[in-house]
Amino acid sequence: MDSERVDQIIEEYQCEASALIQILLRIQEEAHWLSRNALERVSERLGVSMTRIMHIATFYKAFSLVPKGRHEVHICVGTACHVRGAERVLDSVEEATGLKPGETDLDLKFSLETVNCVGCCALGPVMQVDKKTYGKLSAGETINVLQSYE
Amino acid sequence: MSEVLLQIDGNEVRATEGMTILEAAREAGVSIPTLCHHEKLEAHGGCRLCMVEVEERGRSKLVVSCIYPVANDQAVTTRSEQVDRIRKMILELLLAHAPDSETLLELGREYGADKDRFDKQASFCINCGLCVRYCAEVKKADAVGFLDRGTRRDIAFIPEIAARECWQCKECFPLCPTSALQAAYMLVSSLAFPEARHQAPSEC
Ligand code: SF4
Ligand code: FES
Ligand code: FES
Repeated sequence: MDSERVDQIIEEYQCEASALIQILLRIQEEAHWLSRNALERVSERLGVSMTRIMHIATFYKAFSLVPKGRHEVHICVGTACHVRGAERVLDSVEEATGLKPGETDLDLKFSLETVNCVGCCALGPVMQVDKKTYGKLSAGETINVLQSYE
Repeated sequence: MSEVLLQIDGNEVRATEGMTILEAAREAGVSIPTLCHHEKLEAHGGCRLCMVEVEERGRSKLVVSCIYPVANDQAVTTRSEQVDRIRKMILELLLAHAPDSETLLELGREYGADKDRFDKQASFCINCGLCVRYCAEVKKADAVGFLDRGTRRDIAFIPEIAARECWQCKECFPLCPTSALQAAYMLVSSLAFPEARHQAPSEC
Protein backbone atom coordinates (compact mmCIF):
# COMPACT_ATOMS: atom_id res chain seq x y z
CA MET A 1 0.00 0.00 0.00
CA ASP A 2 1.45 3.36 -0.94
CA SER A 3 1.87 5.99 1.69
CA GLU A 4 -0.77 8.22 0.07
CA ARG A 5 -3.41 5.60 0.71
CA VAL A 6 -2.14 5.20 4.27
CA ASP A 7 -2.41 8.96 4.69
CA GLN A 8 -5.95 8.94 3.34
CA ILE A 9 -6.99 6.33 5.87
CA ILE A 10 -5.30 8.20 8.68
CA GLU A 11 -7.06 11.41 7.68
CA GLU A 12 -10.42 9.71 7.69
CA TYR A 13 -9.81 9.34 11.38
CA GLN A 14 -8.59 12.92 11.82
CA CYS A 15 -5.11 11.72 12.84
CA GLU A 16 -6.60 10.68 16.18
CA ALA A 17 -4.18 8.53 18.15
CA SER A 18 -7.19 6.86 19.79
CA ALA A 19 -8.19 5.46 16.38
CA LEU A 20 -4.92 3.55 16.07
CA ILE A 21 -6.47 0.10 16.07
CA GLN A 22 -9.19 1.11 13.62
CA ILE A 23 -6.57 2.50 11.28
CA LEU A 24 -4.44 -0.62 11.51
CA LEU A 25 -7.49 -2.77 10.86
CA ARG A 26 -8.29 -0.77 7.74
CA ILE A 27 -4.75 -1.11 6.43
CA GLN A 28 -4.75 -4.80 7.21
CA GLU A 29 -8.06 -5.24 5.43
CA GLU A 30 -6.96 -3.48 2.27
CA ALA A 31 -3.32 -4.52 2.04
CA HIS A 32 -3.68 -7.89 3.82
CA TRP A 33 -0.73 -7.06 6.01
CA LEU A 34 0.94 -4.23 7.92
CA SER A 35 4.11 -3.28 6.16
CA ARG A 36 6.93 -1.59 7.96
CA ASN A 37 6.50 1.53 5.84
CA ALA A 38 2.82 1.74 6.65
CA LEU A 39 3.48 1.31 10.37
CA GLU A 40 6.17 3.96 10.35
CA ARG A 41 3.85 6.35 8.58
CA VAL A 42 1.10 5.69 11.13
CA SER A 43 3.56 6.19 13.96
CA GLU A 44 4.70 9.50 12.51
CA ARG A 45 1.27 10.89 11.69
CA LEU A 46 -0.44 9.86 14.93
CA GLY A 47 2.50 10.60 17.15
CA VAL A 48 2.35 7.11 18.63
CA SER A 49 5.68 5.43 19.30
CA MET A 50 6.78 2.51 17.15
CA THR A 51 7.16 0.31 20.24
CA ARG A 52 3.53 0.88 21.11
CA ILE A 53 2.43 0.13 17.57
CA MET A 54 4.51 -3.04 17.42
CA HIS A 55 3.07 -4.13 20.76
CA ILE A 56 -0.45 -3.76 19.39
CA ALA A 57 0.33 -5.17 15.97
CA THR A 58 1.79 -8.33 17.52
CA PHE A 59 -0.87 -8.60 20.21
CA TYR A 60 -3.94 -9.08 18.02
CA LYS A 61 -4.27 -12.03 15.73
CA ALA A 62 -6.17 -9.88 13.26
CA PHE A 63 -2.92 -8.20 12.28
CA SER A 64 -0.13 -9.69 10.25
CA LEU A 65 3.39 -8.40 9.82
CA VAL A 66 3.95 -10.58 6.78
CA PRO A 67 1.90 -10.45 3.58
CA LYS A 68 -1.27 -12.51 3.67
CA GLY A 69 -3.26 -13.84 0.75
CA ARG A 70 -6.23 -12.05 -0.78
CA HIS A 71 -8.49 -14.65 0.77
CA GLU A 72 -8.18 -15.88 4.30
CA VAL A 73 -9.30 -19.46 4.68
CA HIS A 74 -10.14 -20.49 8.23
CA ILE A 75 -10.84 -24.14 8.90
CA CYS A 76 -12.56 -24.80 12.19
CA VAL A 77 -10.95 -27.61 14.14
CA GLY A 78 -12.98 -27.03 17.29
CA THR A 79 -14.39 -30.05 19.10
CA ALA A 80 -17.69 -30.21 17.22
CA CYS A 81 -16.12 -29.71 13.82
CA HIS A 82 -13.37 -32.16 14.66
CA VAL A 83 -15.94 -34.83 15.42
CA ARG A 84 -17.82 -33.99 12.24
CA GLY A 85 -14.78 -34.37 10.03
CA ALA A 86 -12.73 -31.17 10.09
CA GLU A 87 -9.71 -33.30 9.36
CA ARG A 88 -11.08 -34.27 5.95
CA VAL A 89 -11.85 -30.66 5.10
CA LEU A 90 -8.42 -29.54 6.20
CA ASP A 91 -6.74 -32.32 4.23
CA SER A 92 -8.55 -31.42 1.05
CA VAL A 93 -7.74 -27.73 1.45
CA GLU A 94 -4.10 -28.54 2.10
CA GLU A 95 -4.05 -30.72 -0.96
CA ALA A 96 -5.79 -28.23 -3.22
CA THR A 97 -3.71 -25.24 -2.17
CA GLY A 98 -0.45 -26.89 -1.18
CA LEU A 99 -0.53 -24.92 2.06
CA LYS A 100 -0.18 -25.91 5.69
CA PRO A 101 -1.96 -23.90 8.40
CA GLY A 102 -0.18 -20.59 8.90
CA GLU A 103 1.09 -20.42 5.34
CA THR A 104 0.34 -18.21 2.35
CA ASP A 105 0.88 -19.15 -1.28
CA LEU A 106 3.30 -17.34 -3.55
CA ASP A 107 0.55 -15.76 -5.65
CA LEU A 108 -0.85 -14.31 -2.43
CA LYS A 109 -4.19 -15.88 -3.19
CA PHE A 110 -4.93 -17.87 -0.06
CA SER A 111 -3.76 -17.85 3.53
CA LEU A 112 -4.68 -20.90 5.54
CA GLU A 113 -5.34 -20.95 9.28
CA THR A 114 -7.05 -23.32 11.65
CA VAL A 115 -9.35 -21.86 14.28
CA ASN A 116 -11.04 -23.30 17.32
CA CYS A 117 -14.81 -22.98 17.07
CA VAL A 118 -16.37 -20.13 15.19
CA GLY A 119 -19.61 -20.44 17.11
CA CYS A 120 -21.85 -22.38 14.70
CA CYS A 121 -21.07 -25.95 15.69
CA ALA A 122 -24.37 -27.25 14.28
CA LEU A 123 -23.03 -26.44 10.81
CA GLY A 124 -19.83 -28.39 11.31
CA PRO A 125 -17.48 -29.02 9.69
CA VAL A 126 -17.12 -25.33 9.04
CA MET A 127 -14.82 -23.32 6.81
CA GLN A 128 -14.72 -19.55 6.53
CA VAL A 129 -13.32 -17.75 3.55
CA ASP A 130 -12.90 -14.06 4.22
CA LYS A 131 -16.16 -13.27 6.00
CA LYS A 132 -18.30 -15.98 4.45
CA THR A 133 -19.09 -19.17 6.32
CA TYR A 134 -19.53 -22.56 4.63
CA GLY A 135 -21.03 -25.39 6.65
CA LYS A 136 -21.68 -29.14 6.45
CA LEU A 137 -18.82 -29.48 4.02
CA SER A 138 -17.72 -32.59 2.24
CA ALA A 139 -14.26 -32.83 0.76
CA GLY A 140 -15.62 -32.27 -2.74
CA GLU A 141 -17.67 -29.24 -1.79
CA THR A 142 -14.67 -27.74 -0.09
CA ILE A 143 -12.71 -27.85 -3.32
CA ASN A 144 -15.61 -26.32 -5.23
CA VAL A 145 -15.82 -23.48 -2.77
CA LEU A 146 -12.11 -22.74 -3.08
CA GLN A 147 -12.31 -22.81 -6.85
CA SER A 148 -14.96 -20.13 -6.79
CA TYR A 149 -12.40 -17.63 -5.50
CA GLU A 150 -10.23 -15.57 -7.76
CA MET B 1 -5.42 16.02 50.71
CA SER B 2 -6.92 14.56 53.77
CA GLU B 3 -5.18 12.32 56.19
CA VAL B 4 -5.89 8.64 56.39
CA LEU B 5 -5.37 6.48 59.43
CA LEU B 6 -4.73 2.80 58.97
CA GLN B 7 -2.96 -0.11 60.59
CA ILE B 8 0.00 -1.88 59.11
CA ASP B 9 1.14 -5.03 60.85
CA GLY B 10 -0.62 -3.88 64.01
CA ASN B 11 0.86 -0.38 64.12
CA GLU B 12 -1.08 2.83 63.55
CA VAL B 13 0.13 4.53 60.40
CA ARG B 14 -0.75 7.96 59.06
CA ALA B 15 -0.92 8.37 55.33
CA THR B 16 -2.30 10.79 52.79
CA GLU B 17 -5.32 10.07 50.69
CA GLY B 18 -4.35 8.85 47.25
CA MET B 19 -1.28 6.98 48.46
CA THR B 20 -0.95 3.29 47.83
CA ILE B 21 -0.56 0.80 50.64
CA LEU B 22 3.00 0.18 49.47
CA GLU B 23 3.90 3.85 49.77
CA ALA B 24 2.33 4.11 53.20
CA ALA B 25 4.17 1.00 54.35
CA ARG B 26 7.52 2.21 53.03
CA GLU B 27 7.05 5.55 54.71
CA ALA B 28 6.36 3.75 57.95
CA GLY B 29 9.49 1.68 57.46
CA VAL B 30 7.73 -1.57 56.69
CA SER B 31 9.21 -3.36 53.72
CA ILE B 32 7.13 -5.17 51.16
CA PRO B 33 8.94 -7.01 48.38
CA THR B 34 8.35 -5.71 44.86
CA LEU B 35 9.62 -6.54 41.41
CA CYS B 36 7.78 -4.36 38.94
CA HIS B 37 7.47 -1.27 41.09
CA HIS B 38 9.64 1.80 40.64
CA GLU B 39 9.14 5.19 42.29
CA LYS B 40 9.59 7.15 39.10
CA LEU B 41 7.10 5.08 37.14
CA GLU B 42 3.37 4.69 36.96
CA ALA B 43 2.26 1.74 39.04
CA HIS B 44 2.04 -1.38 36.93
CA GLY B 45 0.72 -4.14 39.17
CA GLY B 46 2.21 -6.82 37.00
CA CYS B 47 4.29 -9.10 39.19
CA ARG B 48 1.89 -9.45 42.13
CA LEU B 49 4.76 -10.04 44.53
CA CYS B 50 3.69 -7.10 46.68
CA MET B 51 0.41 -8.83 47.55
CA VAL B 52 -0.77 -8.16 51.11
CA GLU B 53 -3.82 -8.98 53.19
CA VAL B 54 -6.20 -6.14 53.93
CA GLU B 55 -9.10 -6.20 56.34
CA GLU B 56 -11.74 -3.65 55.56
CA ARG B 57 -15.20 -3.48 57.11
CA GLY B 58 -14.76 -6.87 58.67
CA ARG B 59 -13.77 -8.60 55.44
CA SER B 60 -10.31 -9.71 54.66
CA LYS B 61 -8.97 -9.87 51.14
CA LEU B 62 -5.73 -10.06 49.20
CA VAL B 63 -4.74 -6.94 47.32
CA VAL B 64 -1.81 -5.76 45.25
CA SER B 65 -0.27 -3.13 47.50
CA CYS B 66 1.54 -1.13 44.84
CA ILE B 67 -1.72 -0.12 43.23
CA TYR B 68 -4.23 -0.42 46.09
CA PRO B 69 -5.10 2.93 47.69
CA VAL B 70 -5.03 3.44 51.43
CA ALA B 71 -8.29 4.09 53.24
CA ASN B 72 -9.33 4.77 56.81
CA ASP B 73 -9.64 1.78 59.12
CA GLN B 74 -7.77 -0.64 56.91
CA ALA B 75 -5.83 -3.28 58.74
CA VAL B 76 -2.96 -4.41 56.56
CA THR B 77 -0.94 -7.57 57.15
CA THR B 78 2.21 -7.62 55.05
CA ARG B 79 3.21 -11.16 55.97
CA SER B 80 0.98 -14.07 56.78
CA GLU B 81 0.91 -17.71 55.92
CA GLN B 82 -1.29 -17.03 52.92
CA VAL B 83 0.73 -14.06 51.67
CA ASP B 84 3.97 -15.99 52.01
CA ARG B 85 2.50 -18.95 50.15
CA ILE B 86 1.50 -16.72 47.25
CA ARG B 87 4.87 -15.00 47.11
CA LYS B 88 6.62 -18.35 47.18
CA MET B 89 4.52 -19.59 44.26
CA ILE B 90 5.10 -16.42 42.22
CA LEU B 91 8.84 -16.69 42.82
CA GLU B 92 8.91 -20.35 41.85
CA LEU B 93 7.10 -19.57 38.62
CA LEU B 94 9.42 -16.68 37.82
CA LEU B 95 12.50 -18.71 38.67
CA ALA B 96 11.49 -21.17 35.99
CA HIS B 97 12.10 -18.32 33.54
CA ALA B 98 15.10 -16.64 35.09
CA PRO B 99 16.86 -19.28 37.22
CA ASP B 100 20.04 -17.23 37.59
CA SER B 101 18.55 -13.93 38.59
CA GLU B 102 20.20 -12.83 41.83
CA THR B 103 17.20 -10.72 42.82
CA LEU B 104 14.87 -13.66 42.42
CA LEU B 105 17.19 -16.13 44.12
CA GLU B 106 17.53 -13.88 47.12
CA LEU B 107 13.78 -13.39 47.43
CA GLY B 108 13.41 -17.09 46.86
CA ARG B 109 15.58 -17.86 49.86
CA GLU B 110 13.52 -15.54 51.99
CA TYR B 111 10.25 -17.21 51.03
CA GLY B 112 11.53 -20.76 50.81
CA ALA B 113 10.91 -20.99 47.09
CA ASP B 114 12.27 -24.04 45.30
CA LYS B 115 13.88 -22.77 42.11
CA ASP B 116 13.58 -26.14 40.46
CA ARG B 117 9.93 -26.70 41.20
CA PHE B 118 8.78 -25.98 37.64
CA ASP B 119 10.31 -27.02 34.36
CA LYS B 120 12.70 -24.41 33.10
CA GLN B 121 11.40 -22.12 30.41
CA ALA B 122 14.38 -20.02 29.76
CA SER B 123 12.84 -16.84 28.45
CA PHE B 124 14.90 -14.94 31.06
CA CYS B 125 12.64 -11.92 30.92
CA ILE B 126 9.92 -11.97 33.57
CA ASN B 127 7.88 -9.27 31.85
CA CYS B 128 8.05 -6.86 34.75
CA GLY B 129 7.96 -4.03 32.25
CA LEU B 130 10.47 -1.88 34.13
CA CYS B 131 12.68 -1.33 31.10
CA VAL B 132 9.75 -0.68 28.79
CA ARG B 133 8.09 1.76 31.14
CA TYR B 134 11.31 3.51 32.09
CA CYS B 135 12.21 4.03 28.47
CA ALA B 136 8.75 5.37 27.66
CA GLU B 137 7.96 7.36 30.79
CA VAL B 138 11.27 8.71 31.98
CA LYS B 139 13.47 8.82 28.88
CA LYS B 140 10.59 9.21 26.43
CA ALA B 141 12.69 7.30 23.92
CA ASP B 142 10.49 4.23 23.37
CA ALA B 143 13.43 2.17 22.28
CA VAL B 144 12.26 -1.02 23.92
CA GLY B 145 8.78 -2.50 23.98
CA PHE B 146 6.73 -5.62 24.39
CA LEU B 147 5.91 -7.94 21.54
CA ASP B 148 3.21 -10.58 21.30
CA ARG B 149 1.10 -11.69 24.22
CA GLY B 150 0.45 -14.34 26.81
CA THR B 151 3.16 -16.93 27.17
CA ARG B 152 4.91 -15.63 24.07
CA ARG B 153 5.20 -12.08 25.34
CA ASP B 154 8.73 -10.78 25.19
CA ILE B 155 10.66 -7.57 25.09
CA ALA B 156 12.35 -6.25 21.98
CA PHE B 157 14.34 -3.21 21.01
CA ILE B 158 13.38 -1.26 17.93
CA PRO B 159 16.81 -1.37 16.25
CA GLU B 160 16.62 2.08 14.59
CA ILE B 161 15.72 3.79 17.83
CA ALA B 162 18.10 1.71 19.89
CA ALA B 163 20.99 2.61 17.61
CA ARG B 164 20.25 6.27 18.19
CA GLU B 165 19.33 6.33 21.87
CA CYS B 166 20.61 3.40 23.83
CA TRP B 167 24.33 3.66 23.57
CA GLN B 168 24.57 6.81 25.69
CA CYS B 169 21.76 5.84 28.05
CA LYS B 170 21.52 2.21 29.17
CA GLU B 171 19.79 3.42 32.31
CA CYS B 172 17.35 0.57 32.11
CA PHE B 173 20.03 -2.13 32.51
CA PRO B 174 20.36 -1.90 36.28
CA LEU B 175 16.57 -1.89 36.68
CA CYS B 176 16.17 -5.34 35.22
CA PRO B 177 15.73 -8.02 37.88
CA THR B 178 17.17 -10.56 35.45
CA SER B 179 19.84 -10.11 32.85
CA ALA B 180 17.46 -10.54 29.96
CA LEU B 181 17.43 -6.89 29.08
CA GLN B 182 21.14 -6.60 28.65
CA ALA B 183 21.22 -9.77 26.61
CA ALA B 184 18.48 -8.53 24.33
CA TYR B 185 20.28 -5.25 23.84
CA MET B 186 23.58 -6.92 23.07
CA LEU B 187 21.88 -9.09 20.50
CA VAL B 188 20.19 -6.17 18.81
CA SER B 189 23.26 -4.02 18.87
CA SER B 190 25.48 -6.67 17.39
CA LEU B 191 23.02 -7.64 14.67
CA ALA B 192 21.48 -4.33 13.82
CA PHE B 193 24.17 -1.74 14.30
CA PRO B 194 27.54 -3.43 14.41
CA GLU B 195 29.44 -0.25 13.54
CA ALA B 196 27.91 1.82 16.33
CA ARG B 197 30.29 0.21 18.72
CA HIS B 198 33.32 1.59 16.97
CA GLN B 199 31.92 5.03 16.37
CA ALA B 200 30.72 5.61 19.88
CA PRO B 201 33.05 7.39 22.26
CA SER B 202 34.76 4.93 24.52
CA GLU B 203 33.57 4.79 28.06
CA CYS B 204 35.96 5.18 30.94
S1 SF4 C 1 13.98 -7.34 30.31
FE1 SF4 C 1 14.20 -7.18 32.54
S2 SF4 C 1 13.38 -5.14 33.05
FE2 SF4 C 1 12.67 -5.60 30.99
S3 SF4 C 1 10.64 -6.54 31.28
FE3 SF4 C 1 12.12 -8.23 31.19
S4 SF4 C 1 12.65 -8.64 33.31
FE4 SF4 C 1 11.70 -6.60 33.28
S1 FES D 1 -16.40 -26.38 16.65
FE1 FES D 1 -16.48 -25.56 14.66
S2 FES D 1 -17.96 -24.04 14.86
FE2 FES D 1 -17.83 -24.78 16.87
S1 FES E 1 5.29 -4.61 42.73
FE1 FES E 1 3.18 -4.62 42.95
S2 FES E 1 2.57 -5.97 41.37
FE2 FES E 1 4.72 -5.83 41.07
